[in-house]
Amino acid sequence: MISIKGLYNQFDQLEVLKGIDLEVEKGKVVVVIGPSGSGKTTMLRCLNVLEFPTKGVITIEGKKLDFSRAVPKKNIATFRRLTGMVFQSYNLFPHKTALENVMEGPVTVKGENKESARKKAVALLEKVGLGDKVDYYPAQLSGGQQQRVGIARALAMEPEVMLFDEPTSALDPELVGEVLKVMKDLAQEGMTMIVVTHEMRFARDAADEVIFMDQGVIVERNKPEEIFANPKEERTRKFLNMIQ
Amino acid sequence: MKMYLNSIFANPERISKLVDIAQSSFLPLLKGAIFYTIPLTLITFVVGLILAILTALARISYSKTLQIIARIYVSIIRGTPLLVQLFIIFYGLPTVGITLDSYTAAIIGFSLSVGAYGSEIIRAAIISIPKGQWEAGYSIGMSYSQVLRRIILPQATRVSIPPLSNSFISLVKDTSLASLVLLTEMFRKAQEIAAFNYEFLLVYSEAAVIYWVICFFLSVLQQVMEKRLDRYVS
Repeated sequence: MISIKGLYNQFDQLEVLKGIDLEVEKGKVVVVIGPSGSGKTTMLRCLNVLEFPTKGVITIEGKKLDFSRAVPKKNIATFRRLTGMVFQSYNLFPHKTALENVMEGPVTVKGENKESARKKAVALLEKVGLGDKVDYYPAQLSGGQQQRVGIARALAMEPEVMLFDEPTSALDPELVGEVLKVMKDLAQEGMTMIVVTHEMRFARDAADEVIFMDQGVIVERNKPEEIFANPKEERTRKFLNMIQ
Repeated sequence: MKMYLNSIFANPERISKLVDIAQSSFLPLLKGAIFYTIPLTLITFVVGLILAILTALARISYSKTLQIIARIYVSIIRGTPLLVQLFIIFYGLPTVGITLDSYTAAIIGFSLSVGAYGSEIIRAAIISIPKGQWEAGYSIGMSYSQVLRRIILPQATRVSIPPLSNSFISLVKDTSLASLVLLTEMFRKAQEIAAFNYEFLLVYSEAAVIYWVICFFLSVLQQVMEKRLDRYVS
């Protein structure tokens, strides 16, 4: 289970997150939507501690980080291993092959032996449909393939929760489907997921819950069929009208 | 020029004498290159490169103290002539009780120089790597030093090969300055030989050719390395 309590984040003078409270049960898929600048990406990055909350408490599977106090570096690195992050721009390591990208975490961070890490990495790449591309460098792969390697790389650390930061926004339209399919399969397997996306189809099909964020707060949360059919808040309605 | 050429071709004896000198001076010059110029270059480049990486890391670190130390070091080395630095180390330091032999003084002087100039190259290469690479490393739980070693530096290496090759090639030629702190590297050998037989043009040109051959070889090496490191960028 993931719980976020009283999460604030500030960038210079600008308050990006103004008190986020959220709980996500194990195995649930939560889709976060909202206009740009609403803080949805920042909230996700706070969970991976790529962004530092000014205050607030994040708990993932019983492990807690309280940002109201100074947090030791070591705790941050361990905490990060609880979450797998998938980036909008993939951020694969360009000097490593698909296989090496996926093996990097287990070998370097967990100290796993190379042989078993390789076997697991190959299995993961097969799972995301890239079993025939293990020795390709990122530059030799399409955007959709790169993003699937990105997903495999995050999964390799066996995280408690997968975080997706607009995973399909940088993709050509015809490549979006292959990435969403991998994500849907993951959801079906019971992976806990928090997904920031503009893909409303995905939200409808795979989400247990949709969260609408605006101006640094969670405005509304509900089951996808509810929030799309009859949003309770005016702001949610406006946003949904704009994108549909 | 014309007179010089005339003086040679009008006189067959002179030609054979020049050939003799060229032959007899070649081996001592080559020895100077093999025993001094080349090892001096290699040692100082390795030491300098380590210094350069440390300085670059200090410059991009969060510690203000480290940043300032690095800035002062780079500023002093870049702001004063290499020859003056060598003179201070070799002729100046004995005044305060630090006496170094020519070789040690040259290694220290050149390493400090490579370290300062190289640090700017490496710093530029490190900050040219997109921030997303750091984040991707952190996101899978890597520490600062793990991201640096396994993700950032390998990519920065590729970027910095051309400018570092420049420094390396410059260094080969700069080692000739060591002749002025009495190190009998190749150029000092050339001076000694020429002072003996007065064939300055011939002997110095010979030295120039050996420098050029070394540098040519290094340029080829640069190309090979660039090709190897470019394999993942298609």
